[in-house]
Amino acid sequence: MAILIDEKTRVLVQGITGREGRARTKLMKGYGTNVVAGVTPGKGGQEVEGVPVFDSVYEAIEKVGQIDASAIFVPAPLVKAAALEAIDAGIKLLLLVPDRVPIHDVLDIAAHAERRGAKFIGPNTLGVLSPGRAVLGMIGGRPETAKQWFRQGDIGVSSRSGGITSAISYYLSRAGFGLSTIVHVGGDAVVGLPHPDVMGLFEQDPQTKMMVMFGEIGTTQEERVAEMMEKGEITKPIVAFIGGKAAKEGTRFSHAGAIVEGGRGSYASKVERLRRAGAYIAEALMDIPRVVAEVRRKHGLD
Amino acid sequence: MARLFEYQGKQILKETGIKVPRGRVVETPEEAARAVEELGTEAVLKIQVWLKGRAEMGGVRFVKTPEEAERVARELLGMKVKNFVVEKLLVEEKLRIQRELFAGVVIDDYAKKPLVVFSSMGGTGIEEIAREHPEALLTHHVDVLEGFPEYRARGLLSRLGFKGKLLVKLSSTLSRLYQAFRKYDARSAEINPLVVTEEGEVYAADTHIAVDDYAVYRHPELGIEIAREFDRPPTELEKIAYKVEENDYRGTFYFFQMVERPNPEENYIGFHGAGGGGSMMSMDAVLNRGFKIANFTDTSGNPPASKVYRAAKIILSQPGIIGYFASGSGVASQEQFNSARGLVKAFLEDQIEIPAVLRLGGNYEEKAIEILETFSKFIPGKIEGYGRDDSPEFCADRLKELVEKGGRKVHRVKPMTDYTPPEGAYSFKTLTGRVYINHSLCARCEARPCVEACTYGVLKVEEGKPVLAISEEDAAKGKCTECLACELACYLEGERAIHIDLPIPGLKEYREKIIKEG
Repeated sequence: MAILIDEKTRVLVQGITGREGRARTKLMKGYGTNVVAGVTPGKGGQEVEGVPVFDSVYEAIEKVGQIDASAIFVPAPLVKAAALEAIDAGIKLLLLVPDRVPIHDVLDIAAHAERRGAKFIGPNTLGVLSPGRAVLGMIGGRPETAKQWFRQGDIGVSSRSGGITSAISYYLSRAGFGLSTIVHVGGDAVVGLPHPDVMGLFEQDPQTKMMVMFGEIGTTQEERVAEMMEKGEITKPIVAFIGGKAAKEGTRFSHAGAIVEGGRGSYASKVERLRRAGAYIAEALMDIPRVVAEVRRKHGLD
Repeated sequence: MARLFEYQGKQILKETGIKVPRGRVVETPEEAARAVEELGTEAVLKIQVWLKGRAEMGGVRFVKTPEEAERVARELLGMKVKNFVVEKLLVEEKLRIQRELFAGVVIDDYAKKPLVVFSSMGGTGIEEIAREHPEALLTHHVDVLEGFPEYRARGLLSRLGFKGKLLVKLSSTLSRLYQAFRKYDARSAEINPLVVTEEGEVYAADTHIAVDDYAVYRHPELGIEIAREFDRPPTELEKIAYKVEENDYRGTFYFFQMVERPNPEENYIGFHGAGGGGSMMSMDAVLNRGFKIANFTDTSGNPPASKVYRAAKIILSQPGIIGYFASGSGVASQEQFNSARGLVKAFLEDQIEIPAVLRLGGNYEEKAIEILETFSKFIPGKIEGYGRDDSPEFCADRLKELVEKGGRKVHRVKPMTDYTPPEGAYSFKTLTGRVYINHSLCARCEARPCVEACTYGVLKVEEGKPVLAISEEDAAKGKCTECLACELACYLEGERAIHIDLPIPGLKEYREKIIKEG
């Protein structure tokens, strides 16, 4: 099963002829993703890694048939136009990879997506990977490493940092655990599919038996997950690790979008709220496999 | 979030059709006196800094005459509040206030929509007002495709009990504030207080607008120097770093200084992270071992080697550091050999004597570590490279050991010289620099390691010399990715005939100044 993507998902790559588009198409194809078409306006008729390139999303759908998901690798100022085209053409799942997408563009994309019943992941995301099935985006960098780093299994991973998504998943795999799907929700303040939505999908997924979540200071995503746990909307166990313990309040570290405003969204408030709701807190990243092992024993998951 | 000064925010409001008090910005006491004379009324002088609570700091002063204005301005200009030195004052007419209200627009990350907030009890303690007087507070999510027209504002505000002309004026102000928020890509836009005067007019008495960092490029008219949040003006080195980021769209480079002149007695290190989450985790590891970080740096998003090189050169422009620590998540998807080459070029040029621990785990980490090991013998300081199976804690311990074993050397900033190419050198432009090849040395070289190292096929051998295999135009547009492989290969196995010049405007002068200070 897995969530969001599997080997059957028919994938489009927007911006396929660019530096990143080319490199990540190679990764996706090599890993087993069903990449059916690419789009770069003005470059229709070419081929990238054996994938046909079209001038528009509409033309791509006309020629290759239905498309389930689009991975967008165009420069940040052009993301909005690319996303709106994909939504307008009827694609229901978008991955917005670029960093530095203006937040008002994200609000516009969100409004259009809502009207058309589409979902989007990101912006500022490495993507989604369902081990042994498919990858959407750039997790793993190369097919060889992606295959070597991540084992298939029953743990769902959701993270607000790209590097940490891979790190948690790798350290869990190295410790002998397996993963259903790993999701980098994106580092920005407004993202299409934040932790609560991803946790909701894992809750519905039969393959997933427990979740690991990496949160950061800023926004209220982790607090909302705690709320869902209290309301009984999430019943599977969650191991959470929150970064930014040492971060100075009011200082924004990089594109992590991690900003503390008042007490809300701080390290202490998130940890306290999640613990009260019944989540298991790992104090350090390297501790996660050990905490996961304990939780699995406790819940009879082995 | 790039915060605007009050006077900039008011300019925007005025353009959008919101009433602001008459007045102007001044930079000298004499100008302040003239401004008050022009107003012909009692006036208020307000320091222009990005801080709230200016009145409590003594930064908001009322004056009756131009002479008094001159005297007060003399006190305020040059005053130090928190990390700011006051350079500008806003001189405005004094309003006859009847009532203070609050209007704001922020982004609700949960709803993914703008949220309009209006309080008929002012903006102080807004959370408490929400709890105890919900009838005084209006919150409304806006559908961006519909906008926030005046009639909608009017309908909502009438529920708070406003009537007649005042209702119309307030609705117009609120709707226009939303327009300004959208037009200027604001993260938040507040009018606090929104004032009703005794004459029944509505004025924005003070305003705070913060612009989205990622959209600053759309608003050159705002003159924002560094599109990032600071609680102080940017340092000289931060400005130099920001120019690097601005001129190279590939990957991300972020540089923030904790201190400008690290005290050599205090265990400061240069910190070079990769990725938000991994950087913070790595920072925790070094802080927990008694180090302090002089700066916070992040190069991520698959940056070219040239960008990592520039980041390292900037980090190494800080005197007084006793070590260099680079670490990200440990399992990066980006090609780590780029980071390795960028670091090595900077370390070679500066011949650093302090130890460096570089945790470059992830995609191509084996190659990255091999590069570090190969070149460590040409660098006086101890260089160690680690990968995904080595924790940040372990690496921080290593740095601690190396610092102690090496006798706790303190970093000395090295002068930079402009590169003078040898006469007749072959050269071509790259996206942010220039590659020079001294062909007279190439005659002695048979191995041609440069061409072999160039996996992108940018170089080829012609008449026994390495030259461009692609057009000059393509190389300049980015086909040569500035991976630095040719230069390092030639350094190691060739005749050291290649130099890739990657200018960093302002850094040479900055280092000269630092060295002079001793």
